[in-house]
Amino acid sequence: MSPRSRLIALLAVLALAAAAAGIAALFIGSARLSARAVIAAMTTGHGRSGVADVIVLSLRLPRIAAALLAGGALAVAGVGFQGLTRNPLAEPAVLGVSSGAAFGVVTAQVFGLRVGVLEAFGLTALAFGGAVVAGTAVLAIASRAGGLPVHTLVLAGVIVGIFFSSAITVLISVVDFDRLGGVIYWLLGNLAPLPAPALGVFAATSAVGFWLVLGQARSLNVLALGEEAALQLGVDAERTKWRIFTGAALLTAATVAFAGPIGFVGLIVPHALRMTLGPDHRVLVPAALLAGGVFLLAADTLARNLVAPAELSVGVITSLCGAPFFVYLLRSRASRLER
Amino acid sequence: MTAALEFRDVVFAYPARGPRPGFTIRDLSFSVGAGQIFGIIGPNASGKTTLIRLLSKVLEPARGQILLDGEDVGRLERASIARRVAVVPQDVPAGFPYVVEDLVLMGRFPHAPRRFFESDADRDEALRAMATAGISELRGETLDRLSGGERQRVMLARALAQRSPLLVLDEPTAHLDLHHQAECVALLRRLNREAGLTIVLISHDLNLVAEVCDRLLLLRAGAAAGIGRAEAVLEESILTSVYRCRVVVDKHPTTRRPIVQIAWPDPEGR
Repeated sequence: MSPRSRLIALLAVLALAAAAAGIAALFIGSARLSARAVIAAMTTGHGRSGVADVIVLSLRLPRIAAALLAGGALAVAGVGFQGLTRNPLAEPAVLGVSSGAAFGVVTAQVFGLRVGVLEAFGLTALAFGGAVVAGTAVLAIASRAGGLPVHTLVLAGVIVGIFFSSAITVLISVVDFDRLGGVIYWLLGNLAPLPAPALGVFAATSAVGFWLVLGQARSLNVLALGEEAALQLGVDAERTKWRIFTGAALLTAATVAFAGPIGFVGLIVPHALRMTLGPDHRVLVPAALLAGGVFLLAADTLARNLVAPAELSVGVITSLCGAPFFVYLLRSRASRLER
Repeated sequence: MTAALEFRDVVFAYPARGPRPGFTIRDLSFSVGAGQIFGIIGPNASGKTTLIRLLSKVLEPARGQILLDGEDVGRLERASIARRVAVVPQDVPAGFPYVVEDLVLMGRFPHAPRRFFESDADRDEALRAMATAGISELRGETLDRLSGGERQRVMLARALAQRSPLLVLDEPTAHLDLHHQAECVALLRRLNREAGLTIVLISHDLNLVAEVCDRLLLLRAGAAAGIGRAEAVLEESILTSVYRCRVVVDKHPTTRRPIVQIAWPDPEGR
């Protein structure tokens, strides 16, 4: 089987899994709906009871779509950042990029932007600005003679993350109490059922980011030889780096703008994929889009139902999975470095 | 006949860091004829690696021209340069995750940089290159499982897959035992004779270059200290001056080429 057909087969399987997960999630929720009610709501739009319609079509379905999109976006951003920095510990949250985007969004919310198509663009733009500033700061702080060593990268990411978190705290403390509550809850990272226009902007922005990263997948592979060797093989290293950075920042910004800062998806999913599918970015990037969606959907379904009728924020679930995974990575990589 | 590689009055300086002056290449001019085996030698930090970076456009000269087959490198695109010259570095970064076959396939990048997947023709070229380098059975291995000699041949296979008429090797025998050194030389000679490849060798091993190379360039602090046939360049007083070390030059018993040895002081001070 040629690499192309293998990739298509893999993506078909993952797409089926995503569809199956999405459909399954429709049936799970704190409002106990019978399977028949759910199916009726989906097929005719006029189910036996109006409540089932609202729950399935206006609450669960948009939220499932948001989860699939956000998970995919974060996972692709993770693959991009890891490839760019040649460092398996890189991901939007670790690099402080999420915090930068969050700062952008909080700024927007504090100054009164609401959710509509135009405002959605504005929100994404401010999130993107914050993401770019944070990401650039991390790369600048951590760069050492053309490389990005493990310890300085993580350190720089932590520093930048703390800086922007503090900046958010400053903003919050300066603002009216009434506007506060929403912001603080938002900062935990929550998937909410997004209205269709917002979902549209989210999808469009993510598509651009995905396209930018995917386009550099082959160059990313060659870059593993080292930047000098890649240049000598004809790779335009500067263009590759900028496109990946912009793409990953866009994906992160879009997710933070519409779902809040959610950590560790960009760390866990790329690694799990790399361990099962190998290091070829041409496979990892599209696979991450689908697998990331399934992962976050699963996490969000858990978050919605673990303490029903209350809800945990999905960021809590991913952090609970992510922290031990991160420690495992750090230790296995550190021990490999010591050899 | 156009030279395969030519440097014309090239000037280059790394930016100075703090009080130490930046390293410079000063008015360097030399040419490598097509089909030659050319050696570049000199002490540490004399500019050998910088030369490789300049000819592959990793760095650009402040003044002067570098020509590949008569064309100015400054005006060529990276992929075009990669199709003309293949550089074999000493090693790959630690933790390189791809298997040998994928690494060799990367040598095909400059031929179709916009493609997403390599073509069947690319795969055939990679297989051919691995066969030439004698590593076909290693195709599915990761690099960390290979010995120094095997890795060197993998890097060479990648360069061969590029199908460039000029091959530049950076310290190709640095980590090789005698057997593999001899093998490496035999392979390079075969490539030069049968495929007509022009070969440029950077090496610390003066005796290797004396044996293999048609002509040599001796560098000192970024400038040419000698250029010509091995017998002319590997001369006791020149070498002693450039390497700042007393040197004795004999003739090889079978090939009559120069043999360079350090003139060790008598350890017992007699």
